[in-house]
This record gives sequence, structure tokens and C-alpha cells, in this order.
Amino acid sequence: MAQSKVQSAGASSRWRRMVDPKGLWAYAVVIFGILIVLAIYFDPSYRDAFDYIWPGVQMTLFLTVTSFALSLVIGLLAGLARVSSNPILYNIATFYVETIRGVPILVQLLYVTFVIFPLFVDGLTAAGLGFTIRDVEMHTRVIFGLALAYGAFEAEVFRAGIESIDKGQMEAARSLGMSYRQAMRYVILPQAIRTVLPPLGNDFIAMLKDTSLASALAVGEITHLSRQHRNRTFTTFQPLNVAAFLYLAMTLLLTRGVRYLERRMSPNE
Amino acid sequence: MSEKIAPSDDIIILDNIYKAFGPVQAVRGVSLRVKRGEVVVIIGPSGSGKSTLLRCINHLEAIDSGDIWIDGIHLTHRQTDINKVREEIGMVFQLFNLFPNYTVLENIMLAQRVVRKRSKEEARRIAMENLQKVGIPEKAESYPAQLSGGQQQRVAIARALAMNPKIMLFDEPTSALDPEMIKEVLDVMLQLAKEGMTMVVVTHEMGFARAAADRIVFMDNGEKIEETTPEKLFSAPEHDRTRQFLSRILAH
Ligand SMILES: Nc1ncnc2c1ncn2[C@@H]1O[C@H](COP(=O)(O)OP(=O)(O)OP(=O)(O)O)[C@@H](O)[C@H]1O
Ligand SMILES: [Mg+2]
Repeated sequence: MAQSKVQSAGASSRWRRMVDPKGLWAYAVVIFGILIVLAIYFDPSYRDAFDYIWPGVQMTLFLTVTSFALSLVIGLLAGLARVSSNPILYNIATFYVETIRGVPILVQLLYVTFVIFPLFVDGLTAAGLGFTIRDVEMHTRVIFGLALAYGAFEAEVFRAGIESIDKGQMEAARSLGMSYRQAMRYVILPQAIRTVLPPLGNDFIAMLKDTSLASALAVGEITHLSRQHRNRTFTTFQPLNVAAFLYLAMTLLLTRGVRYLERRMSPNE
Repeated sequence: MSEKIAPSDDIIILDNIYKAFGPVQAVRGVSLRVKRGEVVVIIGPSGSGKSTLLRCINHLEAIDSGDIWIDGIHLTHRQTDINKVREEIGMVFQLFNLFPNYTVLENIMLAQRVVRKRSKEEARRIAMENLQKVGIPEKAESYPAQLSGGQQQRVAIARALAMNPKIMLFDEPTSALDPEMIKEVLDVMLQLAKEGMTMVVVTHEMGFARAAADRIVFMDNGEKIEETTPEKLFSAPEHDRTRQFLSRILAH
């Protein structure tokens, strides 16, 4: 009996060496991906859906990258304001962060697109600007909307990153005669980047998925095109499967990238 | 009140300083004068306000009331550029506070570059001179985490000295160090004192106080209880509280 136990342990460890039982989900994902790829190759209805939706990838990536870059700028400024001793800056930034985070992103997008942007541009037009709100493309408004929404999250990421740096660092920098700005720029922020990069990476992936909200405003990204295709052809599985496949392929790749960053940035490496 | 007063021998003048943290009165009405080249040691029990007083001198803590003059410049005056004054005051902390993301050399060059606007070559030369002075030029390319506590503290001293300060403040520079490293840091400080640096040092190292201090200030409960010479302090302290404190720390 003891012998059979040893044998079965040996067999199962050999089995385990080939296939980690905790990693089976990954195989399922790969199989899903392969099935969709095969379908696209051999099934004309999938091929049709893919051809129709594929151009949306470019728009999705464009929205993701530009919105995210803008949200980083907003987030850094708002994060700095949140740790500032200036009460005006602090209150403005806190108001922004707290209100934005309590409102669904879709509502914010509609708000920015149909209220804030028109008001802003109409104001500029009245001041003699050469274009009107009709000239501002929908995807431009969406970029600002998403950036504003994500800026509030990034502000908190930056704030937490800055606050994670030991107080003594700022004191040492200031006692050497550096101004607050110089201390932030040369001492605090370079250290905060380490803590901030992994959550920012996760937010980038979340942003990629949230660009699908732009479909509500008829911007030609993946989700919008898949819906159009559904309406065009009265198929449902094909466009949705293709859209999900495209998102998944991108997010899985990006997740691996973020994991890599996390490992490189962890302090014990 | 005017920004400048007539130049005098007193490079640091603290006049009736008060500082509270909420309900805690950390410093109560302390006055102190330090002459150029003097070494003043501050002692006292934990929580007596030694660090707070030291940090008021370079305005890391804003005082509630009182006046501070550094080298004739009125620190508490609104128009005083605090960064300019801080350039002249080096500070060494209990926990070193080196910048972990920079090498030793970069630690010492950074403020020279961005504050003093020195060229890279000059900053590097001065950094190496000061590393030489604290005895670890071979560590220039190391990161702080690769150094022992004593080496880190010596780098911190070199970093402060590279700014050519007129005053050096030390807040318990050896109390986070293993015993075998205390001496290497104290030796550097003794050398500085001998060269005529103006120093205000919070420490419990009575050996250092005896060897280097011109005066010793005893603080308790936010107040300056006694200010005297090392000889008098160790032979005949005036106040009971000083006596009690000394007997406690000299017991070990
Ligand atoms: N940033 C702060 N916020 C609130 N209270 C503080 C702060 N800094 C100091 N205190 C309080 O002020 C008092 C004096 O503290 P301080 O650090 O100056 O004492 P110390 O003599 O340096 O003590 P130690 O020997 O422990 O370093 C203490 O009661 C302390 O708790
Ligand atoms: Mg202290």
C-alpha cells in the first residue's frame, strides 16, 4: 500500500510537471482563441464580422493611448495638488477626484460630450475662435471625457505613490536648499514612479476596455463596429465573439507586460 | 522688524522660540546664541523638544512665535527666501535620509547641481573631495542600500558639506548605528569641529560632548533648563533635573 502511494505520487507529480492544474484556465483561454481564429479562417460569417470590426482595433488603441496619456497629465497635476499645502489647489483637486469617482464613466462621457465641450467651445467661438462645436469630432470629445474620468483615478495613484515616500526624503532635500518643486522633481517623483507603475499599468488595461463606452457615442471602435455589424447582418454570436476575442488578445498581452514591469519594479529585485 | 541686524559674532540667534504640535508644546520660550565656530551640544530626555528646536533653526518646522536670525538674516521675516538660508545650513538626520535611487556620488552632486548650479565637473570634484574627507571615496558608485549605517551617515555628512554650509545641524547622528560604527561617524564630526565648523548637535554621546562641545544645553519638557560648559556640567550640574538625567545616561 505504501508502495502504491509512492507510485501514484510519482505519477501525479510527473503529470503536474507537464500541466499545472492551477494553470488549466490558460489553456481554456488559448483554446477559445484558437477556435475563434479557426472560425475566422473557415467560416464566412466570422470572416465577414472580423473584416468589419478589425478597423475598430486601430480606433480602440488610439482612444486608449491618447486618453490614457492625457489622464496621466491630469492625474499627476491633481495628485500633486492633493498633497499640496495650498488649500485652494487641494480643494479644487479633491472636489474633482471625489465627484468624478462617484459618477459612472458613461454619464461623465455624455456630460463632457454634450455639456462641457459645447459650453467650452461655444465660449471660445464667441471669443472669436474660428470653429464651432460641430467641428469637434466625437472621438476628440470622448478622449477628453475618458481622460477626465481616469485622471481622477490616476490622481489617487500618484497621491498614494508620493505619500509612500518617507517624509525624511523631502526634509533632506529641503534642508539642502532645494525648493519644494525641485525636491518633488528630483527626489520624490523618481522614487514614487516605482510604486505607481504597476497600478498605472492596470489602469491602462482598464482604459482599453472602457473605450468600449465610446460606442454609445457612435465612435468607430471595436464595440461600436460589432454592434453595427449585428444590426447589419442580424448575427449576434459572430460580432460579439470577434469583439471579445480582440479585447482579450490585447488585454492578455498587456497584462503580461504589466506583470513584467511589476517584477522589475519590486524593491527586492 | 527689519530683515537684517548688524553683523555680530552670533551666527545663530534664537529668541524666545515657541512651537506647539496641536496640544503638545514641544518648545517653550527657548533662547540660544551660537557664535561662529562654536560647537553646541543639546541633550535632554526623549520628547523634550531637542529635535524640534534643531528643526526650527533651518525652518523645517515653522515656529509659532519668537525670532530667529541666521548669519544676520531674519528667518521669521516674510520676505526672507528660506531656500537661500537653507543652502547655508547643512543638516544630518538620525536615519541618514540618503536618496536611495541615486548613487553616493549622485546623492552628493544633486543639490550642488540644482541649487548651487555648479557644473557637473565641479560638483563631481567637490563630491569626491568630501567623500575623501569622510573616508569612503571608494564607495562613490555604490547605492545607499549597499552601505553600512556608518558609511551611509558619513555620506550624508559629505552631502551636506558639499554645499559649503556655514552651519551644520546634527540630530542624533549616531543613535541608529551599531556600536562599532559610532566611532567612525564621531571621528568625522570631531574633525569638523576642529576645523572650526559651527555645529549644533543633538546627541547622547557624552564622549563627543566632552571632547568637542563649547557649551552644552540641557532641555526638558520643551524648556532650556541649563546652559553650561562641559566641565561644569559633568562636575557640578546646577539643576536637579540635569543631575538626574546625567546619572541615568552616564550609568550605561
Ligand atoms: N510632527 C509632530 N507632530 C506632532 N507632535 C510632534 C511632532 N514632532 C514632535 N512632536 C512632539 O513634540 C515633542 C517634542 O518632540 P521632539 O522630537 O522635539 O523631542 P526630542 O527631544 O527630539 O525627543 P527624542 O530624544 O525622542 O528624539 C514630543 O512630545 C513629540 O511627541
Ligand atoms: Mg529627537
